[in-house]
Amino acid sequence: MDAKLLGELQKLLGSDNVLHKAEDLLLYEYDGSVEIGRPDCVVFPQNTEQVVGIVALANRFQTPLVGRGAGTGLSGGALARTGGILTVFSRMNRILQVDAKNQRASVQPGVVNSDLSAAVAHLGLHFAPDPSSQKACTIGGNVSENSGGPHTLAYGVTTNHVLGMQVVLPTGELVRIGGSAVDATGYDLTGLFVGSEGTLGLVTEITVKLTRLPEETKTLLAIFDRVEDATETVAELTARGITPAACEMLDGWSLRAIEAYIHAGYPVDSAAVLLIDVDGLREAAAAQVQKVGEVCRAHNAREVRAAKDSKERDLLWKGRKNAFAAVGRLSPCYYVQDGVIPRTKLPATLRRIEEIGKKYGFEIGNIFHAGDGNLHPIVPFDPRDKDQFRRAVAASDEIIEYCVAAGGTITGEHGVGMEKDRLMPLMFSEAELELMKRVRNAFNPAGLLNPEKIFPSKKGCGEIHSRPLRGAPSEVSVA
Amino acid sequence: MNSPARGAISRLEGIVSGGALTSDPEKLVGYTIDGLTPSAAVRPSSPEEIVEIVKFAGSENLAIVACGARTKIGIGLAPRHYDIAIDATRLNRVVAYDPGDLTLSVEPGVPICNLQRSLNEHGQFLPHGAPFMTRATVGGTFASGVEGPLRQMYGTARDFVLGMEFVTGDGVAGKSGGRVVKNVTGYDLHKLLIGSLGTLGIITKINLRTFPSPQPVRGFAAHFAHAADALACRDSVATSALRPITFDILSSHVADLFSGDAARRIEPNELPDGLLSRNGWTLATGFSGNDDVLDRCENELRAMAESAGGTHFARIGDDKTPSAVAAAFGRVREFVPIALESSAACTIMKLSVLPEHLEHAIAAAMHAADDHSLPWAAVARGIGVIYVALLPDARDEKFMKCVAGATNRIHEDCARLGGNSTIPWCPGEWKSALNVWGPERPDLPLMRKIKSVFDPQGILAPGRFVGGI
Repeated sequence: MDAKLLGELQKLLGSDNVLHKAEDLLLYEYDGSVEIGRPDCVVFPQNTEQVVGIVALANRFQTPLVGRGAGTGLSGGALARTGGILTVFSRMNRILQVDAKNQRASVQPGVVNSDLSAAVAHLGLHFAPDPSSQKACTIGGNVSENSGGPHTLAYGVTTNHVLGMQVVLPTGELVRIGGSAVDATGYDLTGLFVGSEGTLGLVTEITVKLTRLPEETKTLLAIFDRVEDATETVAELTARGITPAACEMLDGWSLRAIEAYIHAGYPVDSAAVLLIDVDGLREAAAAQVQKVGEVCRAHNAREVRAAKDSKERDLLWKGRKNAFAAVGRLSPCYYVQDGVIPRTKLPATLRRIEEIGKKYGFEIGNIFHAGDGNLHPIVPFDPRDKDQFRRAVAASDEIIEYCVAAGGTITGEHGVGMEKDRLMPLMFSEAELELMKRVRNAFNPAGLLNPEKIFPSKKGCGEIHSRPLRGAPSEVSVA
Repeated sequence: MNSPARGAISRLEGIVSGGALTSDPEKLVGYTIDGLTPSAAVRPSSPEEIVEIVKFAGSENLAIVACGARTKIGIGLAPRHYDIAIDATRLNRVVAYDPGDLTLSVEPGVPICNLQRSLNEHGQFLPHGAPFMTRATVGGTFASGVEGPLRQMYGTARDFVLGMEFVTGDGVAGKSGGRVVKNVTGYDLHKLLIGSLGTLGIITKINLRTFPSPQPVRGFAAHFAHAADALACRDSVATSALRPITFDILSSHVADLFSGDAARRIEPNELPDGLLSRNGWTLATGFSGNDDVLDRCENELRAMAESAGGTHFARIGDDKTPSAVAAAFGRVREFVPIALESSAACTIMKLSVLPEHLEHAIAAAMHAADDHSLPWAAVARGIGVIYVALLPDARDEKFMKCVAGATNRIHEDCARLGGNSTIPWCPGEWKSALNVWGPERPDLPLMRKIKSVFDPQGILAPGRFVGGI
């Protein structure tokens, strides 16, 4: 990289906060997806002024700039696709203010999601969005991706919990949007920025709502001998207006993978389980447990087990939240999709996924947010086998096309990033994408901030498929 | 109307289907905004027709204001220009309703109460208890950004609008979001359109999440001598396990408004006896759940009200008297229309502050009104929103000055509390003398950028929005 730029960055941040050696950069060329993108340098700002300085340097040297939290993203959103400066917010990790009376908190972007909830638990509060990676992922990353999680079924996704933020625009201006009170006057800029995948600005401060912890939480494990019965149960719960706090499905393949790793107490001989949280007032939770149990049993649940204490509950959830790590032990690489379908189409979609798996020669696993209709089909593959990799991508694409045809979408919570940019035309016309691009260009006129994300490039699909992927031959193995 | 516009209107007739355009001055009066009457009103029957009209308007440099039932057309500043009204009431189809998925796709002209009736047949509803319920359309409700008491539990439009289709100022058919309940594909442009008063795009389709109707419901009223006492009760509830679906605090003057002649013209017009305190503040709140839940809510709420100094506590209604509950909450929801109906000069401010600052904000509004000898009434929602209706006796210069003085002071006090304040409703001819959109915000330049992307020529409701956008 430009030695002069490197020198300026070191002067601005101190050389401890700038990485530029090849072996150091290696760690930052991947995230939780199968994508790779190597930055020219990695910087760790410690305050907003430094972020402003970094943006100014990126502009002066016309160098791409990408923001990053913990790097747990699942779509390549925080990868430096075209090189440049990767700005990692892990050292801006202070909780600036907790306002229990108004149920608000102000945080720096590098605060880890579960650290905020832990810091306010003694006040009977929590930060409701709970991605599976919540012990590592940052709130800044959650804001960029509009992250979800199991409990967003009842509590909403990140955007429903963010009220305002301080942003450094790609042009270097520092602005505050939204506020701590509700209904900030004017256009809902906060609503636009949340989920914009780091393409409109670098967030340096976030004001979030805190949610009261429920008085009671009951965790149920409904065990099924047929996948179909589990999906029918979810469809009926939805149709009957029974909204649990969370409703996750894990199929037999995933259960066995998790059980071997976590020993969460999952039944390894079953076809599927639903992991359901019911919460609220004691009286309300008790009534809902009964209703949920009735629906499960009406759809042939072999057993509906209630966690007897918080220890058992935590263990069941630990299994779910570490599911992807467990899968990683079985397969050197896997491709996870994030399609969403109307909940009425769940049974048909799971059947279709199985057929697609057979067609391409895979046993596709399913661990997903069933209550939201947010699928995470897992296609395990061996990256050393080029043909297998091609088939894994083809199978995943076919699943996504089915989701879109069913009235759904290509990503429910992982983001478009690098991974799904080529799929955007499935959802939006050229004119619709052009309008979104114009919005991006209004904020990011030189295109230096997080380039080549979200929007499809002009290249043909085949060409993009051949891009280097993590785990592919000659690349770093993650097995 | 200037003559170039007249010539353009006759050319416009050529591009819309028969009978969809009117330039009859008598009919156009109904589309007047703040004294400005358009040269034509068009009632398109398809989004494609809207694209054509917008492109035509762009080529002729004519300004458009989109509208539905026009119940909230007075919100915002007067448009700088206004040539064509696009009346969306013929776009009134429910495009798709999937009760099993609790999702819905509708055109903007669907009357919101008709929609609620169809959803109700499936035990579902749209948790948008927005005012003007009996006449308002879905499109106008979302484009104007109004909210209602149910936000306590369900949030606002930004929380349950799943996606939108719209036509931008340069005639692009845009889209964002989708029809499923979880989606992060592309920018959430629909969030920008909510509350944009038609300055960014003309909404042609709205995808929504529906919810199971909360049943059974029990409503409660508690009376307090002071707003501070009612707010102390709010704080107790907020730190308890109770989860009310609505939580509103009403000033004593609301009782007079609700029982006045004007209020009888706004539905629902039956008010349960004894609901409102006439010499203090009333907390009106509702809960849903089974009998065990409701009994517990009732007992705990009563205790909280008593320890906060409550002077009276009563059940407004329950599952045996659902119409009483609906009537009471309907009245609270319709506070704005009732206040507007009660005085020709009614001016309504909307404030939003942190819940902790509700007490100060209410006191500031009260003192500003009293110091300017203006009768007033206020409704405050527990989540931190206050509507203050100033009710002058006459719509004249003298009262305009009083209202300007009072509202300026309230703006200042609210800004000091870190809140937001606007004047969504006031007599049209007062708008130039009042600070309709409140103190200038630091993010206004970003809003201008957004406007220039969606409407580069500035033909969509020019001037109505914040900062004259």
